[in-house]
Order: sequence, then C-alpha cells, then structure tokens
Amino acid sequence: MTATAEAPAPQIGQARLRKEDAKLVTGQTNWTDNIKLPGMLHMAFLRSPYAHAKINRVDVSGALQQPGVIAAYSGADFAAEQGSLPCAWPVTPDIVMPPHPPMAVDEVRYVGEAVAVVVARDRYAAADGIASIEVDYEPLPPVLDMRAALAADSPKVHDAGNKCYEWTFANGDVDAAFSGAPVVVDRTYRQQRLIPCAMEPRSVVAQWIGEDLTVWSATQIPHFVRVFIALVLGIPEHNIRVVAPDVGGGFGSKLQVTAEEMLAVLVARKVGRPVKWTESRSEGNMTVHHGRDQWQHVKIAADADGRIRGVSVELLADMGAYLMIITPGVPLLGAFILPAIYKMDAYSFQCTGVFTTKMPTDAYRGAGRPEATFAIERIMDELAAELGMEPLELRQRNWIKHEEFPYTTIGGLTYDSGNYEAATQRATELFGYEALRSEQAERKARGDKVRLGIGISTYTEACGWAPSRILGQLSYAGGGWEAATVRVLPTGKVEVVTGTSPHGQGHETVWSQIAADQLGVPFEDVRVLHSDTQIAPKGLDTYGSRSIAVGGPALVAACDKVIAKARVIAAAMLEASEDDLEYSAGKFSIRGDPEAAKSIQEIAFAVFAAHSLPDGVEATLDSDATFDPENFSYPHGTHLCAVEVDTETGFVHIRSYVAVDDVGKVINPMIVDGQVHGGLAQGIAQALYEEGVYDESGNLVTATLADYLVPSAADLPSFVTDRTETPATTNPLGVKGVGEAGTIAATPAVVNAIVDALRSFGVTDVEMPCTPERVWRTIQSGGTA
Amino acid sequence: MTHITVTVDGVKYADEVEPRLLLVHYLREMVGKTGTPVGCDTSNCGACTVLMDGVSVKSCSVLAVQADGSDVTTIEGLSNGELHPVQRAFHEEHALQCGYCTPGMIMATTDLLRDNPHPTEAEIRDGLEGNLCRCTGYENIVRAVKRAAQAGVAP
Repeated sequence: MTATAEAPAPQIGQARLRKEDAKLVTGQTNWTDNIKLPGMLHMAFLRSPYAHAKINRVDVSGALQQPGVIAAYSGADFAAEQGSLPCAWPVTPDIVMPPHPPMAVDEVRYVGEAVAVVVARDRYAAADGIASIEVDYEPLPPVLDMRAALAADSPKVHDAGNKCYEWTFANGDVDAAFSGAPVVVDRTYRQQRLIPCAMEPRSVVAQWIGEDLTVWSATQIPHFVRVFIALVLGIPEHNIRVVAPDVGGGFGSKLQVTAEEMLAVLVARKVGRPVKWTESRSEGNMTVHHGRDQWQHVKIAADADGRIRGVSVELLADMGAYLMIITPGVPLLGAFILPAIYKMDAYSFQCTGVFTTKMPTDAYRGAGRPEATFAIERIMDELAAELGMEPLELRQRNWIKHEEFPYTTIGGLTYDSGNYEAATQRATELFGYEALRSEQAERKARGDKVRLGIGISTYTEACGWAPSRILGQLSYAGGGWEAATVRVLPTGKVEVVTGTSPHGQGHETVWSQIAADQLGVPFEDVRVLHSDTQIAPKGLDTYGSRSIAVGGPALVAACDKVIAKARVIAAAMLEASEDDLEYSAGKFSIRGDPEAAKSIQEIAFAVFAAHSLPDGVEATLDSDATFDPENFSYPHGTHLCAVEVDTETGFVHIRSYVAVDDVGKVINPMIVDGQVHGGLAQGIAQALYEEGVYDESGNLVTATLADYLVPSAADLPSFVTDRTETPATTNPLGVKGVGEAGTIAATPAVVNAIVDALRSFGVTDVEMPCTPERVWRTIQSGGTA
Repeated sequence: MTHITVTVDGVKYADEVEPRLLLVHYLREMVGKTGTPVGCDTSNCGACTVLMDGVSVKSCSVLAVQADGSDVTTIEGLSNGELHPVQRAFHEEHALQCGYCTPGMIMATTDLLRDNPHPTEAEIRDGLEGNLCRCTGYENIVRAVKRAAQAGVAP
C-alpha cells in the first residue's frame, strides 16, 4: 500500500498573506508610544539651537514652577553616571573617538543636541517646562563644510581636530593601470545628506522595579540596546530587559543606541517612576542619525575597447559631530563592493572621515553600498560616453560571466553565485530597451523639448551582515551570527523564537513558512516570537539585509535538531531502529511500512507526558541553534529607468522603471516584491527629492516633513518587477537578502537616465536631488552646475 | 478646561479638556484609541487620519474642542466584526509593511472611495497625496485601493 498521508503543500515559495496584518489593519497595535504604565511620567528635551557653543549655565528652576512638572535636569546632573554613547566600529587603530555624552554638559556640537530634560505628568506639561528653562550659551564657530573642515585654520569640532580617520584599501598596481591608459574619466560626485524618516517616530519607555530595569524602545536592535545599557551605564546586564514592541519602520535609523534611551533609564531611576519619551517629527529629523553625506572623487581607466584597467576612489565622509554605533564603518561597507560586477586589474579606495557640527551620520538603507553603487554605475555611463559606446555593451564587456563564479573580485570579496546576463536580458525585454532607444533618438533628432533618457544600473551588493570572523578582521566590535529556538508544545503547536527583530519585514509570516516546511507542520500552527530579550535572549537583530540570510538558516538548523531528538523517541514508540525511520510531512514512518507512523504532534505529547521515554533521553524536543555563514551574500540585478525631462522647466518624469533582481531563493515572493518596491521608492527619493539641508549657521532647515520631501504616491511611478533566481551557495536556504537591493540600485538608474536625456546639452552630471531647478540650471550652464 | 461631548466609534464620551489639546491626543490618551498613531507635527504624513462626521481629517490638525458634538470614526471602529473591504484589500494586496501609516491610509482611502467609487490610478495617487508611507513605495497601496473599489465599499 502506498502512503496515504497527504504531504502539506510546500510553504517556501508561496505568496502567503501576512500574519502580521490582522492587528495592523485594525489598529490593535502596540507601538512604544501606546504604552501606559501606572505612575508613568513624560519626558521632553530642551535641545541646542546652536551648531556649536559653550554652555555657561543651565537654569532649570523655571521649569519646576510649571504645573505638573515633577523634575528637571541638565547635563551636569547626569555627568557622573551617563557614560559615553558607543561606537562599535573603530575602523583604524588611530581613529579619533571623542566622548559622546548622552546629554551635553559643557559644550554642544550640533543643533538638536540635548541640554536639559523635563519630567512631567503629561507631554503638554513637559513642553511647558521646557519653555521655562534658561540656558546661557557662548556661541562657537560652526564647522559645516567637510573640505573646509580639513584646512589647518578651520575651527575644531573636537580638540583632537576634524579628521576622524583615514582608511585605505588597495589591490593591484593602480599606478600602472592609470599610466598610459587610453581613456581616463575623472568625476566628483556628491552624496547628499539624507534623513531616514521612518514613519514611526522614536519612542522609549523605561521602568525600574527594584534592581530590575525594563526598557521598551522603538528600535531595530533590542539585543544591542541591552548590552550597551549595561556597558554605558554600568547596570548589570542580567537586570536589564529590552523590548522592541511593534516598530514602525527603521531603514537603519533605529539601528542605534540613543542618548534618549540612556537618559530615560537614568531619569526613571532618579524620579522613581516609569517615564516615556516620544519624539516629534521635527525633533526626530534633527536628532535621528542621518545618512549618506559624502564627496566621492572617482577615477576610472580603460583600454580603447572599453576594458576596465582600474578604478581609484577618494572619499570624504561626514561623520557629523560624534561617532555613533557604526558611523565610521559605513563608507567601508561601500569600499569592498565598489568594483561591483566588473573585472579589473587594480583598485584603490581611500576614505577620510571628517567631523562637522551636524547630526552624526550612520547606517541608512543600504549603508555604504548605495554610495558605492552610485559611484561605479555613474562613472560607467561616463566612460561609455567618453568611448562612444552603448553603456549596456560596456557593462557586458566587463562583467563577471555566469560561468566564472565563484569569483574573487579586486575588492577582495568572493561572489559565490550570480547571473548578470540573465537578469539583464530579462530587464531589457520587460523594458523594451531597443524601442526606447529608437524613440530617444527620434525625439532628439526633432529637437523635442521633452527629452527621453535611459538609465542603467547593473548592481550587486554585499549583505547578510554576518561572517563574525570577517567582521572581526574589519575591527568591528560585534559578531554576526544569528540564533533561533524551536519549541514544540504539548499539543503539537510550534513556537519559533528568532534573534532577528522585524519592524515591517514580515518575519512572522516568513519564519512560519520555513518552520512549516522543515517540520512538516501546518503554517497556521507556527507562532514566531521575537524582539524581547526575555523571550528571545540570543540574537543580533535586523539590519544589513541579514535576517533571512543569517536568521533563516539558524531556524533550519534548530528544526533539524528537533527532528533528530524526535527521531530517538519515535524509534522507541514504534519499536524500530532509528535508521529505519524516515521523516516526511510531519511524521516518522518505518521504511516499507507507512502505516506504522508517529506524527510530530503525537511525539510532542509523549514527551510532555514522559511516561516511557527511552533511558537518558530528555523530556524535550526544544532546540536552539545559531548560524554564522562563511561569507556575505550577493544579490544583484539590472534596473532600467526611462525618464522624460522637460528641458524648459527641468521637471523629471519617470516614465517607466523595470527592476529585475536576483535575491537567490525566494521564500515569499509577495514580501520580496514589497521590499523591492519600498527600496526603489527610497532610492528614487535620493535621486529626485530628498536632502537634509543645514544653513550657514548650522540650523537644519529641513526639520519637518513640509521641508524634507518624502515622496507621496503622486510623486512616484508604478514599478515593473521581476526576478531571476540564482541560489546563494553559502547557506542551506539559498537565500541572499532583499531589504536594501532596491535602494542600492535605484539612485544611479534614475540619475543615469537624467544625464542620458541631457547629454546632448553638454550635461555630464546633475547633483542630487535632481530638482527641477537644478536640472534647469544645469541645462542652462551646459554642464554640471 | 472646556467641556466636550464626542462620539468615538459609536460610544459617547463627555470630558473636560484643555483648549490646546489636539484631537489625536484626546483620542489616544483620554479615550484610549491608540490605533490612531501620530507621524509628524506639520500635518504632512496623514498617519493620524480619522473620519469626523464622515469626512477624513488629520486628527493632529484638529483641536479636541473643535470635535465637540461630532461623530468620530477611527481605524478601530471601521470593522464591524469582519474586516472592512478596504482593510481586507490592504491585507490581500500586501499594502502595508510596518503598518504605521496604515490606519491613516485606510481611513483616507474610505473617504477617497466615498467621493470617487471608481478612481483611476492617477486619481488614487493624487487622492492619497496627503498620506505618506515609507515602506511600500505605494505600489501595493494603489493596487489595494483598486481592489477595494472593485469590491465596492458601502458608503
């Protein structure tokens, strides 16, 4: 008789609707700002209006006169206990790492730095208290321009000077590659400052009960926050619980250990009551770490036939006023990937980190890789123009061919897999590449005032933030492993605990799909727990497109351990040898006798009762595992963008956008498409809309969403997305990660399209964001204004 | 303090409020309707959108005293046991990721479809211009609004 048990349909690869949605579409959410504890007070911060000033005196006494104000403190009140906020990535041995007190004590170095805090019965009373504090500042000269900051006579942000570090990488003979090269293209690109703008503002609640501290925070990294509360404030780690409740987006901005988290802990201890702080949007735009802000000087040398000889890059990276968790490391994340998909003889990268009196920069979606991808993909188009070559053909001539994988690049990374030919072919088909090129030529020939441009971005990136050993070699202080626990409950339902910390990505759905397939249990029977150090004590959280690539294999390993434990018990129950058992569709059966079977649910109950477990077998199926890959993962793809540029107004209209991405094996295609859509929006936003602007005094003039243009539905096109699927070879799921790919690819695709539309006007660059005014001025100047 | 009477999601409330209290803070902190979040302070993001007497308003831009005598519907009052067609469409089209903008986006959509039951894609994009989402790139939000329109949303 053949097996009658129907195997459940495989979950991996299915567009399962999300488990997360039920609460989110009905408002049954638990954002940090929703938390109400008995006796809870509200905090508000007084923040520096100066980019740089000495603090002579802070008088909080006026605040204490306001109704409902319980306490008010200035930096001096915390000086003995507040420690210094952490930087986990000292990229060079001689890096300058200035102290970074959570609250300024005697000097402020950016607009928005906290100088006092008020604790009150409600947020309105706290705001009244803030308005009643007096501060005597002695203004100091701001430092706003990275290039000027490095001049010997520049005012200093910190006593040690404005140069934070210089980091270099070189491989091959760069001088030989450039000397005598038939073609050299030399460009300087500006990566403007960006403000992440996750829709949920930051919020933190801190509560002490005796020696035990609980912190709820709108964070991507509850595990890191726990460790750093211990290290920064000297509170024993085992007394600390950190919870990230529902978190409304991050994009790197909540990959941070913040001043406000530390101060909430200290204030709650001082007042002996729980406290809450939730930022306003304008407060957040000033004081959530910013992204990008680099000058990139890029040179490429090539033979006359377009073969790349070498690339050299000199970078200035704005650190802002202090180093935050990975501030100095962000440019390095781009350094290794900058050679992208291309073969070349030599490559050098030099980065100088610079202090300015602005909000610190740190990871923002893509972190280093969007900048690097922009640099290489933009200069590839410039090289093509210089050579008079079709830009797609130049790329084909230089890229790593699919049969050459695994391939060690000039950047020192070994790409395990990829197929640039397939992704590009699919993208050009979907885009109608040839037809658009014909239309472009036709419109140019007849002098159409609205010009068509085509932008190409054949990107790759390194993600799946892990290999602990490699991170150690790069001087990063932490590891990169990820953890999972699988618990089979007495009734056969399954709890999966992950050390990742989702904030919109859909892990509860995707991890359920993986566990369902691995264990052969129904998708509905799996619950995924995360983001609370008491529930998920081990983990390294969510950033760098790492969750599926590192956390997914950890879950697979934990499921395998569960099955191995169950096998011993099943063998006893079936009075068979373990070797004669096969596990399929959630059941152990004896080979050749499918009738004799025990389901995982039956075994779970037998373990719970534990009446007849074999000698020496523990009464649990629960299993833990960690996974630490040997390599990053390398998504890639080809993005094509068609823009229409009105040469009379400078307005750019995205006519079509095609993204063909290869993110390896796909667990849930619906979620992957969603990640790509959102990524594209953020990449396009950098190209066209967003810029964090400080005025000449160092005031942030884009502190509100009225001034900082986060695009709406009306500002973005509809996207065409498709995939090729070349599995990663470095993890058992074959997955690569998809959180950042869209953002990394999109920005150069859009700017390449704009420049392509305007090249006949003598335009070789438009500085981002490519606003109508900038585009128009560039056309008028016939160059790169 | 000013005395106000407001009906929220079908329940009548009478409260003494400060004249400066925003409707969204009244809903969240006095009525306990935390399903409506706050995303900005310049009425750009729309996360706090609710219906006031059937018309969508950004509740961060309305004072609680201005809502005196009105009937407010929040995301928590939209479904009646079963998901509202707009809520269902957002779920089925994967029109949300982190979900923070979702209550406002759904409430704005119900108002959009009341005005224009069969909007074109351009009308959807323009109609939701006052609601920002940072996760989805709006692709699936547009699809969800189309799906809800097809399903027919009761006025």
